[in-house]
Amino acid sequence: MTDSISFRLNGKPVRLDVDGDRALLWVLRTDLGLTGTKYGCGESHCGACTVVVGTDAVRSCVLPVRAVRGKDVTTIEGLEKDGRLHPLQEAFADTGGLQCGFCTPGMIMNAYGLLLKTPKPTRSQITAEMNDNLCRCAAHHRIVAAIERAAARTGGPS
Amino acid sequence: MSGGPAPLVTPPTPAAAALSRRRFIRLVGGGIIVLFNADLSDLIGQETRTRGYPTDFNAYLRIAGDGRVTVYSGKIEMGQGVVTSLAQMAADELAVSLDSIDMVLGDTALCPFDNGTYGSMSTRFFGPALRAAAAEARAVLVTLASERLKVPAESLRAEDGAVFVAADPKARVTYGRLADGQKIVRKLDGKATVKAVSEFRVMGRPTKRLDARAKVTGKAVYAGDVRLPGMLYAKLLRPPAHGAALKSVDAAAASRVPGVVVVNEGGLVAALASDPETAEKALGLVKSDWDIPRPAFDDRTVFTHLLAVAGEGEEHEKKGSLAEGEKASASLFEGQYVNGYGAHAAIETHTALAHLEGGTMTVWVSTQTPFPNQQAVAQALGFAKENVRIITPFVGGGFGGKSGGGQHAIEAAKLAKATGKPVQVCWSRAEEFFFDAFRPAAVVKIRSGLDGAGRISLWDYQVYAAGSRGTEQFYDVSHNLIRTYGRWGSDTPKMHLFATGPWRAPGANLNAFARESQIDMMAAKAGVDAVQFRLANTSDKRMRRVLEAAAAKFGWKKVVSPSRRGVGVACGMDAGTYVALMAQVRVDAATGAVTVERIVCAQDMGIVINPDGATMQMEGCLMMALGYTLSEEVRFDGGRILTKNFDTYELPRFSGMPALETVLVKNDELAPQGGGEPALVPVGAAVANAIFDATAARLFEMPMTAARVRQAMAAAGGRAHT
Repeated sequence: MTDSISFRLNGKPVRLDVDGDRALLWVLRTDLGLTGTKYGCGESHCGACTVVVGTDAVRSCVLPVRAVRGKDVTTIEGLEKDGRLHPLQEAFADTGGLQCGFCTPGMIMNAYGLLLKTPKPTRSQITAEMNDNLCRCAAHHRIVAAIERAAARTGGPS
Repeated sequence: MSGGPAPLVTPPTPAAAALSRRRFIRLVGGGIIVLFNADLSDLIGQETRTRGYPTDFNAYLRIAGDGRVTVYSGKIEMGQGVVTSLAQMAADELAVSLDSIDMVLGDTALCPFDNGTYGSMSTRFFGPALRAAAAEARAVLVTLASERLKVPAESLRAEDGAVFVAADPKARVTYGRLADGQKIVRKLDGKATVKAVSEFRVMGRPTKRLDARAKVTGKAVYAGDVRLPGMLYAKLLRPPAHGAALKSVDAAAASRVPGVVVVNEGGLVAALASDPETAEKALGLVKSDWDIPRPAFDDRTVFTHLLAVAGEGEEHEKKGSLAEGEKASASLFEGQYVNGYGAHAAIETHTALAHLEGGTMTVWVSTQTPFPNQQAVAQALGFAKENVRIITPFVGGGFGGKSGGGQHAIEAAKLAKATGKPVQVCWSRAEEFFFDAFRPAAVVKIRSGLDGAGRISLWDYQVYAAGSRGTEQFYDVSHNLIRTYGRWGSDTPKMHLFATGPWRAPGANLNAFARESQIDMMAAKAGVDAVQFRLANTSDKRMRRVLEAAAAKFGWKKVVSPSRRGVGVACGMDAGTYVALMAQVRVDAATGAVTVERIVCAQDMGIVINPDGATMQMEGCLMMALGYTLSEEVRFDGGRILTKNFDTYELPRFSGMPALETVLVKNDELAPQGGGEPALVPVGAAVANAIFDATAARLFEMPMTAARVRQAMAAAGGRAHT
């Protein structure tokens, strides 16, 4: 049952002895203590658990941890560099693209995945790509504005 | 809650006996302290408090010897922005910078009793009291400075955390030095003079949320994020339906799983492990047998059921007589409007972590009501209330759904007591849909009349299960009767098979849908433009102002519906705030699918403390309202909840974003009114009226799903405007 699984997490190597069937979400939250990635629905409907594997935004609640073996995993905790917020984080804070904040890490990581592939997305690319991330406080307009602002400032994430 | 992780240190626990003022100040430390009441509901609820803090206040602010200002309150932050808006008020009245304010919220050991955070009350009631308390503290500081500097108080000014001589700014003393070593406790007597709007330095200006940084970095701590050594994650055995009784349970196989602890005590059956997935797997091995009652009604037949069991009505507003009104009417209109159960569906499910240590049960809870939860946990455990501490970290959305009885906190506390370990209970999404106290299914019946001059001559309004909120008559009606049958909540158990409770602007959304649809129906029949009809029938100045402001912003052109343009208007009043809004929709002729393209919302909410925050709340209301309007509905068959996740409970999404335009109608003569709910209220009606304008089909049920719109269009024989 227990596998030895190695991957890079926020730029640092990680090696775990863990049941490879377990969801990446819970391994992050319980075994690794990275609680920024949230549980919202457990069935990939809401996007609160979104992390980036390689360059893909994925739902960590349905991703077995063995699927990230040898890969690069980026979580919300990995975006801030040397105390400097990532432009997406800054834009979400500045435009008010959050209220209760619970969906925010998943929103930012999904947008991070989008900008990795499409540094200058159109409005409709943004709404299409973000469509399966749910925000109950309904900060949608500010979130789109934040992503547009971050994209305009950076031409994509660094 | 200054943004970092919730403090895990244990502060001095208030002693069992009521605290004297002297003991109180010793506990909180010295300085200058102003006690005040944060909302009116607590004044009413005072007798329900037992022991703990002195009982004649429910919030206080303290200026410490280091000059920092801390506001203590049992309110909580769930996205509505109180951390920021309250800090702004305190900073402005005290004349200190925003970053010298700390907010300590929702901790029963540190904060005085508070009923809970709901009903747009934080700014409306808490705000004025906090401002007055801060103004009082400033007055105390000026008096102390006058003694210290040996100058008359009138010659002094307070600014940026210091008091100085106006004519000689170098003669100054900081708040910290003034507060250091003091033991001054003032009870707010209501006489403090707060600043006029023109004197605001911090309030009334856009301010970035103080919790933004913590929330964009993933560092903001929610109940599920607290980690304690040795903690266990629990998964509980749940009934297949409400009303089901457990006949037998066999947990032997589950308890044989390595690392799993099984608790089976007094109806509580749970598997616990060091990670939630192992606990879940073990729970799957528990065999249980249930008696399930036969379904009495379902999501289609519930409305007939509600009308049948409603019982006696209660009169709310009465003017003239219905018989006279009927006589005075040239034409009569009847409408029956319905809306099924709605879920709160916060993205954070109910979560609690309980830890028993030294005889005190500490529970980190996602809740809108920490103090009632403290009472509930104490009662469930047989503990003295003083031996239960509730800490409320950031709450991941509430909308009224986290103001219930604290079931999650009780479950975690019982399991922590049973296992001797810290225990986290985090409900799955299916558990959340099962145990949510839904917005009740409800029915509104209206009989109304118009006289020969186009004035509303009759208004016979009956609401079943939604309550009276939002039924207040603001049209000039000569014969008016408003009756309610059953309320939301637990006081009408025969009406519902499961828990019901307040859902953001409880009852008001359906009441506005019904009233404003009926008004629209009358306007159309009278051949009068819907805005003109409303203006002709209300002399309420605030309502007329927001309606005119919305029409100007929207570019409303006079027309009689159905005009095929797809525009609709609706008005509403909630939490002291007036709203008028207009919607532009497109209806797909083939499918009936409705796209809301544009909403313009004008709102009069009195003095606006934080315009950016208020606008954000309005936008959130409008966008969230599209869910109850178009798609959100709980499906059930008897006690079985068929809606289990977001694949079948459709929340508003990015693809459904209309253009939103908001107008804050200036009204600086009025104290700040509610902002967290009002704009939500008229959205259903404005969209329904716009659908009618587009298709000639009137919708009487929310949500207005594509299937329902298609059906209504077929019935109306209308063709869609595409």
